[in-house]
Amino acid sequence: MLRERQIMRIHYITGLAALFVVAVHILMRLIMPFHMSLQYSNVIANYHNLPYVVLLESILVLLAIHGFNGLRIILLELRQNRTWENGVTISTIAAMIAIIAFGTRTIIIANGLGVV
Amino acid sequence: MRTSNRRGLFKTAEEDRNNREGLKGWLNPARYGWERVSYWLQRLTGLFLLIYFIGHIYETSSLTGGAGAWNAMLQFTETPWGHLFLILVIGTSTYHSTNGIRLIFTEAGRGLGRPGRPDYPYDALSLNYRQKSGIWIALILAAVAMFYGGNVLFGGD
Amino acid sequence: MSGIIKKISMLRTGSKHERSEKSLRGRSSIVLRVYRANKAVGDSAHYDTFDVPIQRWTTVLDALLYAKSYKDTSIGIRYSCRMASCGSCGMKINGIPRLACYTNVSEMESGVISCEPLTNFPLIRDLVTDFHQFFSHHKSVRPYIINQNADLRDRKELSEFIQSPRDVDEYLQSSYCIKCGLCYSACPTVATDTKFPGPQALAQAYRYSADTRDTGSREDMKAIDDKHGIWRCHFAGSCSSVCPKGVDPALGIQLLRGHMMSFSKHNKKIAELKHHSHGNQIT
Repeated sequence: MLRERQIMRIHYITGLAALFVVAVHILMRLIMPFHMSLQYSNVIANYHNLPYVVLLESILVLLAIHGFNGLRIILLELRQNRTWENGVTISTIAAMIAIIAFGTRTIIIANGLGVV
Repeated sequence: MRTSNRRGLFKTAEEDRNNREGLKGWLNPARYGWERVSYWLQRLTGLFLLIYFIGHIYETSSLTGGAGAWNAMLQFTETPWGHLFLILVIGTSTYHSTNGIRLIFTEAGRGLGRPGRPDYPYDALSLNYRQKSGIWIALILAAVAMFYGGNVLFGGD
Repeated sequence: MSGIIKKISMLRTGSKHERSEKSLRGRSSIVLRVYRANKAVGDSAHYDTFDVPIQRWTTVLDALLYAKSYKDTSIGIRYSCRMASCGSCGMKINGIPRLACYTNVSEMESGVISCEPLTNFPLIRDLVTDFHQFFSHHKSVRPYIINQNADLRDRKELSEFIQSPRDVDEYLQSSYCIKCGLCYSACPTVATDTKFPGPQALAQAYRYSADTRDTGSREDMKAIDDKHGIWRCHFAGSCSSVCPKGVDPALGIQLLRGHMMSFSKHNKKIAELKHHSHGNQIT
């Protein structure tokens, strides 16, 4: 079981790291006119680029951890009893895993296993 | 200690809750200065960005349905309202990031000054102009980023 | 930089004293709106208003005591020293937690002054609140010096710690806390989180952690390093802005948190004990 200070350290690190990877992700939308960057062929080409896939996966993991831990903090401050606290912790971890799994599925399929 | 009749998730000690300010305590940022406004904005922007993040994951999942599904999703999001929403995302993410960096330094005890011997009128050392400037810079950067984002999205390039 | 900005703002708006003088001009009385509630006898919450004559030096406590003496003796209010030392008369004055004895009516710049009980404290009656939870949180951080080397039971040998003025400066301002509860009432986390110790208790945890006479670590305590502990402070700064004694709880909390995260150095050198035998005692 992680101590709260360790969780907060993870919160700060994921926040800072996400800032850098999201910045790169946004820059990739600006290397060509914005509407062109969203064309299907261009987006799929991005997903076939392995370093970019790693970047997308890291954004997914970092933001899911940072975001759902933030939500856990806000919800923990709302009510204080064991049922609520355990419910909040379990559901935010479950939501975090679910969103990472769902996003990873998109990345894997778009990378070429399902869509050409 | 008396406990309330409510059971399960909302069970709590009545005595504990008596006269607590509750959610309106943090929903009203106007009474205590810039730091309270910053706290309020950081929280609201965080929640907003989490909702956007989940929506964005769902939005991009349409890629798995092929070009047709992707273009259908774009028709839904690539509208003036969709662009306005994206501009809001740009502003909130810029504010949340910049102010978040300030808070990481602050919560590490940096930029606050050293404890000393307070004199009347006891202005708090931690609520100094370095902190306030950090908040103002975050707000200004958010405005600049929104302006730039608006140019890119509505610029027609 | 901050000094220049302060001077500019002084030029623009005048000093607090000047503004007080200005707001009083032509006003010989104020309207006092007092929150009234006594649930024990089924009296629901409402406001009573009183016209109170004022002078240049009238404080909100003076005005309340005037109303209690001459208008309605049943007003429930707690006070003692009348000089911001006991911390008894904390209440929300025009929406902000303040000490009634330390707030001049002229500072309010308004002809109507609203007095309400401190929020986040269970209400007893009218302006009187229950400090039981607040003191429980205070006790939970062990607000006393822990040092196994100094055996206070050994009365045959008196001892004293040697501290430099710099050592004292590290904790002195936190030791000025009068436990008035204003910071606890202003804190947005305390507003919803009943297990959060609050700014006062956490500032006291810092106060003893920074004291070189203390060897007991509070950083691993459940009250502090817990999901409802020190990490639930988000530096909204409201505690420091309302503190009437310059304790600056937000500063202490951030410094303690920095030590706990190992972001900042915390190489506290424990103060040496200077022993005096009974015979050498200076009287």
